[in-house]
Amino acid sequence: MSTPTFSADLLKVDCAREADRITVVLREHVLRHFKKKGVVVALSGGIDSSVVGALAVRAFGRERVFGLLMPERDSSPATLALSRHLAHHLGIEFVHEDITGILDAVGCYHRRDEAIRLVCPEYSSGWKSKIVLPKVLEDDQYRIFSLVAESPAGERSEVRLTLAAYLGIVAATNFKQRTRKMLEYYHADRLNYAVTGTPNRLEYDQGFFVKLGDGAADIKPIAHLYKSQVYQMAEFLQLPENIRNRPPTTDTYSLPQNQEEFYFCLPYDKMDLVLLGRNHGASAAEVGGTMDLPAEQIERVYRDIESKRRMAAYLGAPPVLVEPISAVY
Amino acid sequence: MTFLFGDPVPLLDDASLMDSGIIDSTGILELITFMETTYHVTIENEEMIPDNLDSMSRLARFLAMKLGSTAAVAQTPV
Repeated sequence: MSTPTFSADLLKVDCAREADRITVVLREHVLRHFKKKGVVVALSGGIDSSVVGALAVRAFGRERVFGLLMPERDSSPATLALSRHLAHHLGIEFVHEDITGILDAVGCYHRRDEAIRLVCPEYSSGWKSKIVLPKVLEDDQYRIFSLVAESPAGERSEVRLTLAAYLGIVAATNFKQRTRKMLEYYHADRLNYAVTGTPNRLEYDQGFFVKLGDGAADIKPIAHLYKSQVYQMAEFLQLPENIRNRPPTTDTYSLPQNQEEFYFCLPYDKMDLVLLGRNHGASAAEVGGTMDLPAEQIERVYRDIESKRRMAAYLGAPPVLVEPISAVY
Repeated sequence: MTFLFGDPVPLLDDASLMDSGIIDSTGILELITFMETTYHVTIENEEMIPDNLDSMSRLARFLAMKLGSTAAVAQTPV
């Protein structure tokens, strides 16, 4: 018997069967184990949270799914419009909670801007920014974050971040994901619901989440699905086209930032294939052959995957105990 | 530097700091910041590669080269 050849076909998913499987797991855990009445879903207007919302409606009915729309000062205007559109499309109850006031009160923007000024002293109100990584494919250079700052006049500059600036910016912006999760649990407690997490497999595997922020949840229904499989599910679930066509974004910094700039090495469809290849033990040459990239570049992405997995292990780890306590959990 | 955290396992001069799990990508940034502030050298983006930074022996060689070039610049007659 010959070994099946590695190909993009391995990412094809039987959506009807998968939707059934996920709804069974959702019902089993939320209703039976957690003894909760439904779920809270934070809707960003992106593909992942939209698919989770639609699956939750299949599992519990629209009257037991509560949507949360939580944009803030730096969110794209499309975020609120698309997430509201999705909530109406699903027919669920939802609330719009702008988190700018909470973030202001906790000093998120002020602390972030202080950290930015460590490398860009002229940065002040009216400026915009994002942090970006160089492309991993081109050479063996370590990927060190740079700050891209844009003055009110539209002039852009890019400067490499120091350790203190990098850590300070990330620590401050992480308030955003943690504030959203705090509100998700507020509404979940109020309604006796569970909280869903919306990472796809790329994000879950590679640690693309904030510990105790978007990384926190009672159940993560699509964490096993590669991003391109999430898109297949979105089509099967007949989600609105403007949501299915929205390019993935971090929606965290005041300048538009795609996920390749911030975290991943490749666009999601290619990244899916490389991660799939890694998980199936495919050689770099085999994987490269499916996307016209040399094996050497795939090897670099393989190394980056392993490096991120080491970080993800910390991000996803439960608190360490000195000895196991078997009487609980 | 605090990377070894008192670990009694000896660090071999040629061992990869990344592959050995001694530092991660944040550690690389810490290392670069440390070298730039301690030795007053500027590390260019294209110099941030494993060949220069991923073992004690490579670090020593790279730093010697950087300090040598800094000294050479300082000694160049105006």
